[in-house]
Amino acid sequence: MATSITPAREDSPEAGELVPTRRGGYHVLTRYDRRVLMVMVGIPLLLDVLLIWWPTVSSILLSFTNWDGVGSVTAQNFIGLKNYQFMFSGYTLFWPAFLHNIIWLAWLALIATPVGIFFAVLLDRDIRGTGFYQSVFFLPVVLSLVVVGFIWELQFSPTEGFINNAFGLVKSGKLIDWLGNPRINLYSILIAASWRHVGYVMVIYLAGLKSVDPMLREAAKVDGANEIQTFFRVVFPVMAPINVVIAVITTIEALRAFDIAFIVNQGKNGLELLSILITNNSISEASLVGFGSAIAVILLVISLGPIIVFLSRVMRTAS
Amino acid sequence: MGDSRDPSRIRVPFSGQKIQIPGTDIELPMGLDLSRRDVLKIAGYGSLAAFIAACGGTGTTTTTTSVTAKGGSMSLGSYLSDAVPKKGLQDVVDAFTSANGGTKVKVNTVDHGTFQNQINSYLQGTPEDVFTWFSGHRMRFFAKKGLAQPIDDVWNDVKSNFTEGFAASVKGDDSHVYAVPTSYYPWAIFYRKDVFAAGNYKVPTNWDDFKALCEQMKKDNLTPIAFADKDGWPAMGTFDILNLRLNGYDFHVGLCGGQQKWTDPKVANVFKKWAEITPYYSPAFAGLTWQEAAQQLLHKKAGMYLLGLFVSEQFVASGNPDDLAQLDFFPFPDVGSQYDAEKALDAPIDVYMLAKKSPTLGSDSGQAKAFLEYMSKGSSQITYWKASPGAIPTANDADPSQYPALTKKAAQIVSSAKRITQFFDRDSRPDFSGPNSMQGFLLKYLSNPKQDTGTLQGQMQSFWDALPPE
Repeated sequence: MATSITPAREDSPEAGELVPTRRGGYHVLTRYDRRVLMVMVGIPLLLDVLLIWWPTVSSILLSFTNWDGVGSVTAQNFIGLKNYQFMFSGYTLFWPAFLHNIIWLAWLALIATPVGIFFAVLLDRDIRGTGFYQSVFFLPVVLSLVVVGFIWELQFSPTEGFINNAFGLVKSGKLIDWLGNPRINLYSILIAASWRHVGYVMVIYLAGLKSVDPMLREAAKVDGANEIQTFFRVVFPVMAPINVVIAVITTIEALRAFDIAFIVNQGKNGLELLSILITNNSISEASLVGFGSAIAVILLVISLGPIIVFLSRVMRTAS
Repeated sequence: MGDSRDPSRIRVPFSGQKIQIPGTDIELPMGLDLSRRDVLKIAGYGSLAAFIAACGGTGTTTTTTSVTAKGGSMSLGSYLSDAVPKKGLQDVVDAFTSANGGTKVKVNTVDHGTFQNQINSYLQGTPEDVFTWFSGHRMRFFAKKGLAQPIDDVWNDVKSNFTEGFAASVKGDDSHVYAVPTSYYPWAIFYRKDVFAAGNYKVPTNWDDFKALCEQMKKDNLTPIAFADKDGWPAMGTFDILNLRLNGYDFHVGLCGGQQKWTDPKVANVFKKWAEITPYYSPAFAGLTWQEAAQQLLHKKAGMYLLGLFVSEQFVASGNPDDLAQLDFFPFPDVGSQYDAEKALDAPIDVYMLAKKSPTLGSDSGQAKAFLEYMSKGSSQITYWKASPGAIPTANDADPSQYPALTKKAAQIVSSAKRITQFFDRDSRPDFSGPNSMQGFLLKYLSNPKQDTGTLQGQMQSFWDALPPE
């Protein structure tokens, strides 16, 4: 390859000189190019290390301490695996929170995401007013989850809220405590989360559907496939890349679930989530930074699963 | 305590002002939308700041005989971020400036919840000379960590203006004084006079009368006791008073401090007693905010409400002056234990302190101490109270003649109490009082008050035992 490159003029060594390597060959890139590359790779790398790896590693290290956020971490702060021991055996909220994250994931994966896909398929059929429906379903997506939380908090409020009043539950005195009853409040906020998630999935899927070659459908139709068969046997497989994106989004949404539960009641009384346990233990006056970090490490480990699956898939398609 | 009267906050102490409309505090949780990275960033900043501060100069020594100084300047970190108390503080600061030879006061106001959540890194970083805070364990904690400056010299000059109860409330574990108390408010059972007159109800003085009254109100289609615990902290108020009355002040303080065990049968008794009144609570209380429960009392849907004096804010906000005039309260009824005589109650005290790591405290020490002295005067506290009347001045020489009846009575109930506590989340460790600890435990209890609380108490104790040494 090197031989095909014209050596630069001698008076501009920076611009195009073919640099000899120690092993007697020639670099493909000029010195200038290599410097540019170093800067271009180095800055993102530095940021990556500084903003992602350093906190991650510190988090892991802190998870072995009982540091309370005051002063510096000393040798006495290191307490081995105690945080983890307590988390798995003594801390009554860890497993409920873990379970709630799983329920969150299951709900999104089995209910909200399929509904979003269903809407996308319906709206893809050029029905009248499709633009109107699209904007209706997409509207919640532009809201932050915090705002979504506030909106639904007002709907769910036992005495003042819209839902209990609309169904006459306030008058009849049979209040449903949507957000206070630990048996149902998780599902209440999942409804709120889905309100947004459905629109999100719908838009992404709709964009994907638009790019499916219509010839495929026609061919399927010619072969005698009905609508359902066409979708599941032809369209869905063709949409594989989008499906992966949707799966990843759904998983991420479930893992980072935080905002709505925190708005509602700071994630207690049935709304415990891993992210919230991290926050409530390590931020705030409580300052159990070590214990909070241990929970964070667990969340990190859990997150690695889907990340690895996603990355390996992306890399496979890339190569 | 009026602590965290807002659902979106972790612990927002009452600071004696107007209503907090829930919507106005929206910004806080967004600030908390964090990941472990943020945790680390904050933590890292804290330790870095501590390191830098540690490299700085040593503290100053007072060379003059007077501890205060006129003129010059000082800074003040304030969590009084709501409009009403903020103005109250500004009024006091302006008065201080003109009274103290033109001392310039730089006030840095931080959102209430944010201030509290970041207090750790704030005090380790570059805090202002003086900062607003709470008494109780929350004060002693930072004193012990060496982040607050003792003010024994100031206290010597002003202590004659405070009762012994207040004096005790500002002492650290090392028996140095760390704060100047400026306002407080009691917890009691609030009711509407007109509702009691219409129903021919009598203020109950003992537990049986109290329950009989609840029963009567229930028959009259009133919710006997307004209750709301979506915020998590209000239930602590009921726990406090029941534990104080059933098991006494010493046991309660020991429990908050970890010398007593949560597995103690005495704690089980508290839960058992509590279960006798939970059937009279507002329906769906775990989903209600304290403001919503206060509305039930205001609109005559509920008969009584155990809360801090700040419940009056909702009555002020109704716009009808008669609502506030109808508001009254009575002390928690006797439960028939030997500790009834203590008449103990929660009466949280708000204070001003000196931040040891303030880079300017060395040069401003005299001015900062002058400010603390000024804040301990009845006249300055009245200036603040006039603008922000939700809590009561602490100084002996504060002129009570202008207090409305409710405030006078509130002051009286506290002064007749032989034992005063701050509130659970001010008396106990912050890491035990949060949403995923004590608040969660109490909600778990309240979801089924008739349960055998043995398991729950075991969980509470094992959580306590797992906390790092302080």
